[in-house]
Amino acid sequence: MSTNTQTVAAEETTARTGRHGRQLSEGARAERRLGWLLCAPAVIVMIAVCAYPIVYAIWLSLQRYNLELPQDVKFIGLSNYAAVLSSPYWWQALWVTVLITVVSVTVTLVLGMMLALVMHRTLFGRGMVRTAALIPYGIVTVAAAYGWYYAWTPGQGYLSAAFHNSAPLTEQYKAIAVIILAEIWKTTPFMGLLLLAGLSLVPEDLQKAAKVDGATAWQRFMKITVPLMKPAILVALLFRTLDSFRIFDNIFILTQGNNGTESVSILGWDNLFNALNLGIGSTISILIFICVVIIAFVFIKGFGTAAPGTDLGKR
Amino acid sequence: MAAVTTTFRQKAGWGTANFVVVALALIPVLWMVSLSFKTPPAVLDPSFIPAQWTLRNYTQILKTSQFVRPLANSIGIGLISTFIAVVLASMAAYAVARLRFPGKTLLIGMALLIAMFPLIALVTPLFSIERALGLFNTWPGLIIPYVAFGLPLGIYILSAFFREIPWELEKAAKMDGATPYQAFTKVIAPLAAPGMVTTAILVFLACWNEFLMAISFTSTIASRTAPASLAYLSGSSQFTVPTGPIAAAAVVITIPIIVFVLFFQRRIVAGLTSGAVKG
Repeated sequence: MSTNTQTVAAEETTARTGRHGRQLSEGARAERRLGWLLCAPAVIVMIAVCAYPIVYAIWLSLQRYNLELPQDVKFIGLSNYAAVLSSPYWWQALWVTVLITVVSVTVTLVLGMMLALVMHRTLFGRGMVRTAALIPYGIVTVAAAYGWYYAWTPGQGYLSAAFHNSAPLTEQYKAIAVIILAEIWKTTPFMGLLLLAGLSLVPEDLQKAAKVDGATAWQRFMKITVPLMKPAILVALLFRTLDSFRIFDNIFILTQGNNGTESVSILGWDNLFNALNLGIGSTISILIFICVVIIAFVFIKGFGTAAPGTDLGKR
Repeated sequence: MAAVTTTFRQKAGWGTANFVVVALALIPVLWMVSLSFKTPPAVLDPSFIPAQWTLRNYTQILKTSQFVRPLANSIGIGLISTFIAVVLASMAAYAVARLRFPGKTLLIGMALLIAMFPLIALVTPLFSIERALGLFNTWPGLIIPYVAFGLPLGIYILSAFFREIPWELEKAAKMDGATPYQAFTKVIAPLAAPGMVTTAILVFLACWNEFLMAISFTSTIASRTAPASLAYLSGSSQFTVPTGPIAAAAVVITIPIIVFVLFFQRRIVAGLTSGAVKG
């Protein structure tokens, strides 16, 4: 139906452009204008809040600018970048961020896949499982983080008590493990739901045919389900990786970045709101932005992830 | 079919799997609920179920403007941001789904870029800009960035929904004598409504959950939102550990989410997955 109307419209356009030579027909021009008009408000807001500030951040990152010393604002070129990149704090924070991202995304992928299989295949109680899984997704991260914080506080929390009154939040790697646990709990449902959507696209016939041919459940999963789901998996991974890389809420509540658990986002925030250093804060912002661009580039070019929405324009 | 091949072992296996999923999802939430009902001395008791139940934590936080005002801010800012974002995203999504114009790919690319943006990269410049414009610590100071970050999500979900609407119906209605206004309100709007509701739910959840901008662009309860206020709650006296009140506040801001999820789970799932599959 819709293709029908489209071809009619296309014929109309060609007929009109034929009459008017190369100029666009009045209808096409009106359509263009309406399209721009409808998009304009959204575009203006996005530019005002994102595009302009990022340019402004680049400008700020080239200056010495401390809010405590407002008279001492000076253009200093790339010195801020040299300062940040030669600071052990930056590399420490980057390492912590990468560690949290890699571990939490990997575990979330495995658990998310298991969750998706349970939601897809379970014989009863599907609605209950889905509802329960949506709760961690919807819960306010900060509220959940407080729950984890108290659970791991010695003398107060059930998890700490279960592990011989341990105080994991006071030691670097144990604290990072708790942060990763909180991340995994919060984000596995999202991963599971994205994968569930991919899972429902795997044709049942293929599974049955393979079963008849004697493939085990594991073989069917690895040779049929996973390859067919690859696009959905990659998109989910890209989203989760970028989301995890900007981790802030959980660390802010669980450790405030103490004991060597600062992520790059926490480091940037500290420099802005505790040190009041706009120049260094902006430099860290730009460096995080560059990291994110690199991650997205690797996913899209390296793994061939279809960027979500790229085929929208063609249709 | 399934009944024939289903063995007792399979049933037991899936039953266990279901139980594990539900337990893992709920235990941390139940822990917080339990904490919120514990009496101040019992807060220092690691048992999962309170020995003595009390409502004191709830009455305490619901009496202090340090929490009630932020809660009102959260609701107001969330609703206004959601409304504006859905209206603007609908306009753009209609254009993306229905019209031919140059720059469409650019718009989608821009939305994608913003969806992936590291928020902290914007906090520094926006903090500086908001201070200069007098937007710091005001409702618009949070609403404007929330709208901007709601838009990409809205444009994706809505353009996927709008593409599925049979637009020929509009023409058919007009042929049957409906005015353009009637054709829109009686035919198109009811078809578009589910997509808009889904979008509104997801955008509202995102605003309700947001923390980084909420603590960065506010300084008092005039505009601080509920998640940000958690970080500033204190006990009944300066020396009381605020565990109970914080747990109670966390439960209060979690309840709307659970209600949302129970009512709208189908729509939430549809919205989350529409972007991923249709890519």
